[in-house]
Amino acid sequence: MAKNLRKLPSGRWGIAIFILCLALFPLLTVNNPYYINVMVFVGINTIIVVGLNLLMGYAGQISLGHAAFYGIGAYCSGLLTAKYGCSPWLALPAAVALTASVAYLIGLPTLRLKGHYLAMATLGFGMVVYIVLRQLSWLTGDSSGLMGIPGISIGRFKLDTDLKYYFLVWTMAVGVLMLSRNIVNSRIGRALRAVEGSETAARTLGVDTARYKLQVFALSAAYAGLAGFLYAHFMGFIGPSTFGFKFSIELVTMVVVGGMASIWGSVLGAAFLTILPECLRVAEDYDIVIYGLLLMVVMIFMPKGLTRTTVDLLKSRWTASPVSQTNEE
Amino acid sequence: MAILEAVNLKKSFGGVVAVDNLSFSVETGQIKSIIGPNGAGKTTVYNLITGLLPPTSGLIRFNGQTITGLKTHTIASLGLARTFQNVRLFENMTVLENVMVGCHQRMGSGLFSAICRLPKFRREEKQTAAVALEKLALVGLADQSQRPAFSLPFAQQRTLEIARALAAEPRMILLDEPAAGLNSHETVQLGKLILKIRQMGLTVLLVEHDMELVMDISEEILVINYGKKIAEGKPAEIQDNQEVIKAYLGEDFKGR
Amino acid sequence: MTTYSQVVQYVITGITIGGIYALIALGFTIIYNTTGIINFAQGEFVMLGGMIAVSLATTGLPLLCAALLSVLLVTAVGLLFERLAIHPLKGASIITLIIITIGASIFLKGVAMLIWGKDAVRLPSFSGDKPFHILGATILPQHLWILGITLSVMLLLHLFFEYTILGKAMRASAANRLAATLVGINVRKMAMCSFALSAAIGAVAGIIISPVTFSSYDVGTMLGLKGFCAAIIGGLGSSPGAILGGFLLGILESLGAGFLSSSYKDATAFCILLTVLFLRPRGILGRP
Repeated sequence: MAKNLRKLPSGRWGIAIFILCLALFPLLTVNNPYYINVMVFVGINTIIVVGLNLLMGYAGQISLGHAAFYGIGAYCSGLLTAKYGCSPWLALPAAVALTASVAYLIGLPTLRLKGHYLAMATLGFGMVVYIVLRQLSWLTGDSSGLMGIPGISIGRFKLDTDLKYYFLVWTMAVGVLMLSRNIVNSRIGRALRAVEGSETAARTLGVDTARYKLQVFALSAAYAGLAGFLYAHFMGFIGPSTFGFKFSIELVTMVVVGGMASIWGSVLGAAFLTILPECLRVAEDYDIVIYGLLLMVVMIFMPKGLTRTTVDLLKSRWTASPVSQTNEE
Repeated sequence: MAILEAVNLKKSFGGVVAVDNLSFSVETGQIKSIIGPNGAGKTTVYNLITGLLPPTSGLIRFNGQTITGLKTHTIASLGLARTFQNVRLFENMTVLENVMVGCHQRMGSGLFSAICRLPKFRREEKQTAAVALEKLALVGLADQSQRPAFSLPFAQQRTLEIARALAAEPRMILLDEPAAGLNSHETVQLGKLILKIRQMGLTVLLVEHDMELVMDISEEILVINYGKKIAEGKPAEIQDNQEVIKAYLGEDFKGR
Repeated sequence: MTTYSQVVQYVITGITIGGIYALIALGFTIIYNTTGIINFAQGEFVMLGGMIAVSLATTGLPLLCAALLSVLLVTAVGLLFERLAIHPLKGASIITLIIITIGASIFLKGVAMLIWGKDAVRLPSFSGDKPFHILGATILPQHLWILGITLSVMLLLHLFFEYTILGKAMRASAANRLAATLVGINVRKMAMCSFALSAAIGAVAGIIISPVTFSSYDVGTMLGLKGFCAAIIGGLGSSPGAILGGFLLGILESLGAGFLSSSYKDATAFCILLTVLFLRPRGILGRP
């Protein structure tokens, strides 16, 4: 009994080591700012992917339009700061609140759909947002996108280098990771996983499944909004092409490759698929061929994702007992 | 006093009438069984009661309150729990967590307190885990609590489903063929468990094909065929009912 | 130009492109019915059909030969795709399968870019570019070709599914896999056939549209998604629905682009899709 209860706050050491690694990483790469730059994107993508994994992996609801929320967050914050002189720290809650509200409204009719229909509806929503963003030149003043988005500063301290921004992004990413871990191991988290397991059974146990699906959809959109905020102020320039169908697909791929229903898997998936194209850049035009091929190979041979496959492999090697510790993370 | 009443219940799928003008009631504290040949509409009746399907016409009262038209989770929160003919566990969770989902509605913590891990939240998690373990102990699964639910043997999956339903602290539980796929020893154990559940003050409605179990533990039996009531009464009366024998039990049953 | 002739013009353009959408939607439907998979690489078959035909035609091959050879080659690609990427997976989840077909789509697009570069190319029109006028609208001969070939393909498909053993077997395995297996139909072979057939139909669509809208390595994605919209609007799994959805989508999109705003042309399709999904998820002709 006591053993069961001890399971709840598990993995503190994992987080501590993870934070330590993140803090030490810049020391290893002093001479190459490029690595820091890539890691900023890994952090931003991690935030979105964790949210998407809550939605897809835990609650079992697919979204092929999550780039739209990323875009809404980025454009909201970008416009408020660049065009209306708003402070980024005021734009942040606005961006997050807007994406969450849009998700909530879209979720009302959308989340009643299941399977392929849900996939198509979210895809359609993503496309519509993308097309609208493409036509925003009357607002942004430039046909290619929005320019002149100010950087972020904390008080007088300007986050004007990649390294400083790296720490901001990863502080937020770690925060999001820990929040999500807390949610997963809670009443709400169990309710979400119950929806994935059997929505019917969950309903007969008094779980208001429609409500939780909406909540997690809005939450994952809010994460994407936060990521959009970070992206916009890091780049200083945003264009619609970043937030299209292609990126929505990449996000879903990060979730699946990392491992569904796995918080740490989300980090791994985001890292893998953010770094991979950078490596493939050496191969120039061959990069998308290799990318597509890898996607298929990973899915064919490791349908459970990298994390789960590796963990399963290790487990089968080192533990004889089938009653193994089931660790959600 | 009747805890559950169905009045002129009707459900048709397109042209097929699955439940036809069915009226019955279940007394508080009773074990009542619904029997009938395959496809008689028993599971449909359950789906109507739990709000998974809307009835074409008719109404259902639970505890004096009309529950037709209410959402499934609202009906559940009034104190009506059920199990499924084809077991529907949350396979992605441990045995304990499955039961903890059953405790969902009497926990209060929302997204915020979960995110922040407030002391209140931790306390509630602990209490819930304790309650869930208690329910597992009741059905004899306490030592399996950390196993993934899908890894349980079939018979234990069925009892886990019962424990999960009990965790919702219902007034009434609907069991849908709980003995299907169990061997005779396991069925006897199941019978004892159902009696124990009744002793705890719950009303039990049972849909079952295992006649021995039904005759042993039910106080009243409702027989339906093609969605219609063909008999209702005490086990002994049902066994002697010519109509029932003809429609369902077969000639050889009298010989037992 | 009067409003009336404008409407006629838009409707005719809409029917032309709608026929293409309908063909792509039919391709989706065939694969979905036999395997339960939504094939996101469907649009790439269209792209490949166009590109291969153009390359073959520039080598001096007669147009008809180039077209036929292109259809054959794309069919082979479809078969290969099913064998290598879909067949090895048994009981994979919807999401896994979606990602695999998306991976295939990215891969095929990449290969096309390597082979043919990023420039748009065009197949010559089948019978010249001399327009003629009906009811005040301008029509290119190619429009008639597109409509004619689209309708012929639909008719052939209908005959195939109604009157050939293979077609009937495919329909049977779509209706009830277990029952089909029991009467001796090799359901897995039917999956292969469905991919081959879809690829062939996609290639035809790509070839006949090439003279009008050009071909390039990246036309597949949008065409595929539009075809997918058409399939859902008509009712996922229904062939008449796919045809109806395709034409409807083409016409509405063309009218929307003409009278409302051409910059939101692509949004029209997805807005219609969302409306249909919210109001009547099973589509116009879909079974409940």
